[in-house]
Amino acid sequence: MSFISDIYAYLFYFATLVLLGGVAFKILQYARTPAPLKIPTTPAPTTRVGVALRMTREVVLFESLFRGNKWTWIFSWMFHFGLLLVTLRHLRYFIDPVPVPIQMIQPFGIYGGMAMIVGLAGLWTRRFFVDRVRYISSRSDHLILGLLIAIGLTGLMMRFVVHTDIIRVKEFFAGLYQFEVFVLPADPVLLLHLLLVALLMIIFPYSKLLHAPGLFFSPTRNQVDNPREQRHIAPWAKRLEQE
Amino acid sequence: MAKANFQVPELKEYAEIPEIEPGVMAHSKTFKSKPEFQDALGFPGELVEDWQKKAIDKMGDLLGRYRSLRVYLDSCVKCGACTDKCHYYLGTHDPKNMPVGRQDLLRKVYRRYFTLAGRFFPDLVGATELTEDVLGDWYNYFHQCSQCRRCSVFCPYGIDTAEISMAAREIMDHIGVGQKYCNEIIGKVYKIGNNLGLPGPALIDTLEGLEEDVFDDTGVEVKFPVDQEGAEILLVTPSADFFAEPHVDGLIGYGKVFHEAGVSWTMSTYASEAANFGMFIGSYDNMRRVALRIREAAIKLGVKRIVFGECGHAWRVAYSFLNTLAGPWDFLDQRYPIPQHICEFTYDLIQQGKLKFDKSQNDDKVLTYHDSCNVARASRMGDKPGGQFDIPRAIIREVCNHYYDMDEETIRDRTFCCGGGGGLLTDDLMEVRVKGAQPRIEALNHVIQEKAVTHMAAICAICKTQFTKVLPYYGMDMDQIVGIHQLVSNAIILTGKESDEQSSESAQATA
Ligand code: SF4
Ligand code: SF4
Repeated sequence: MSFISDIYAYLFYFATLVLLGGVAFKILQYARTPAPLKIPTTPAPTTRVGVALRMTREVVLFESLFRGNKWTWIFSWMFHFGLLLVTLRHLRYFIDPVPVPIQMIQPFGIYGGMAMIVGLAGLWTRRFFVDRVRYISSRSDHLILGLLIAIGLTGLMMRFVVHTDIIRVKEFFAGLYQFEVFVLPADPVLLLHLLLVALLMIIFPYSKLLHAPGLFFSPTRNQVDNPREQRHIAPWAKRLEQE
Repeated sequence: MAKANFQVPELKEYAEIPEIEPGVMAHSKTFKSKPEFQDALGFPGELVEDWQKKAIDKMGDLLGRYRSLRVYLDSCVKCGACTDKCHYYLGTHDPKNMPVGRQDLLRKVYRRYFTLAGRFFPDLVGATELTEDVLGDWYNYFHQCSQCRRCSVFCPYGIDTAEISMAAREIMDHIGVGQKYCNEIIGKVYKIGNNLGLPGPALIDTLEGLEEDVFDDTGVEVKFPVDQEGAEILLVTPSADFFAEPHVDGLIGYGKVFHEAGVSWTMSTYASEAANFGMFIGSYDNMRRVALRIREAAIKLGVKRIVFGECGHAWRVAYSFLNTLAGPWDFLDQRYPIPQHICEFTYDLIQQGKLKFDKSQNDDKVLTYHDSCNVARASRMGDKPGGQFDIPRAIIREVCNHYYDMDEETIRDRTFCCGGGGGLLTDDLMEVRVKGAQPRIEALNHVIQEKAVTHMAAICAICKTQFTKVLPYYGMDMDQIVGIHQLVSNAIILTGKESDEQSSESAQATA
């Protein structure tokens, strides 16, 4: 079975590279692109601290979405919060020794997994039943939802139906840190789960999943409302003045 | 009721989200700009030969210049939260008028030429080539967006369709496909100094007439000075204020407030326009050129302060961009906000107890207030967030006895556009304007029914013009729309001669 283990090892190296490299590239690109005009959506905070608070509310509570659509808010908050718990739970497969908070979060991670699936299912249902949302959905929007649900379901299956040898999975990933390939248990559900996760990592920097870093660079949200007090001018606009 | 060759939407008791009707507004196209209008702005006169390549190049250029565009084209998750937020969608039911539907017209081309997914799997991610059809959709639907930013309030990433519309219009201008209304007006500003093409002597004439009218009315000599060097304040106001109703009543109001404040002030024939249509077409260069006129006028006249009259997008450009475009303003008096809104100016005087009002002069009216988009969602007044909502309301309450707000869901930063902003205030877009006004008028209708409201105040020249025109389509009267300084003008108690002499003295002293 080491053939499959090799393939998965390379797959995860590749996926990690694409994910980190791709996202880093995008973040750099966003950071380097100037924002020539002050365009915060007002009323906006007039201080940096205020902006940090506004962004925190957006990231943690999805404040704007809450004002925009309650159903979408409920489902996507469930999904994202569930995903957070699941991710925290999974940390124990990647670090040793496992920190106490991560140990404590384990049972909640399971609920997180369920919340994730319910949230995703809700979002997907909207794509079929709300005519406006159906109109704007492209095939990739459906596929990403399908992918995430499949990841969640295969994950939960391993918890409740066909268990896998966690110790060896952990060994496999620990091995990757040292560029050593240990044998991965050849359970189909595990392999499918990992394959889908790798796929998600690979498409991340090329898909709408970019909304994650994008949020932090959104000028309507991250700018301080002080244009009268402070002159705000982009390098390319400054050059116009020298002409 | 005004005659329409289209169905005027019904006003319902409860706001409804309509079902989509794809393509219903596909016939609505605004007039294209002719070569002579394009030239003045530095754009090609007609569709250039290799337009497709030029458009893509321009898109690439803008992607490198505007972080908003880059981030917004990448970040949309198609959550749908914005789909029912645009007044043009609510009024027309055309899904390409849903903010995300509108963005996607540009996004699908962006994806095709600038992303890996779109290059390799166009069908999967909904990417398309820039074809003539797509260009047609751009021209059509990006001129059915008033850049009101209502969508950006509700989007989880703050995606602002106004930014996308501006970029699309900029791209189209660069390949020779401009909109007549905006570009012709910008040309007039360059040539004559204001949007209406009102030359200096005509302006001076108008203002002299105004002085006489006010004197006949009140017996007090309120001045409307032009090109007065050494005045303390330069007033920049939309040119509609010079003659159109109800705008001119607002101008009279500013004059009376300045008179009571005892300050010297002036307007400029060179910069006789506050509006900056450069913003509507997304052109930084043109916006800057228009803004620089104000700087030149301020320097030439030697003023110490700049005050803007009632105009929504002019105030956005003034508040948010003037410092950027035409600053630094280090030669002005730094103790005052630069620039200052006339409402801030009046409100300050009220706070200091310098203005006296007879509220009963407005007793023939029961008022409500329409937050103009560019004031509400793209600027501020005073020094606290939200001052742009509170200060105008505080002034209205100061000058009238009967005031009611419209439904919470439709005011402040959730306000509905009048339907005529963003360069849509043209007769060839009348259907879009009337339908787009529906959500606002529905909310107005509520307070008319429930609170017996008779008039709606606004502080934007476009809103005032738009409502004057579209209210009759809904069976209302055109003069139900008023300006805040029109109300101020009605109620203000003028104090005779003294301050008159003082003001002209101080003007001479500084001259
Ligand atoms: S900016 Fe205003 S007009 Fe344009 S899409 Fe958004 S809500 Fe509609
Ligand atoms: S609310 Fe924002 S993310 Fe959601 S569909 Fe509209 S533009 Fe896209």
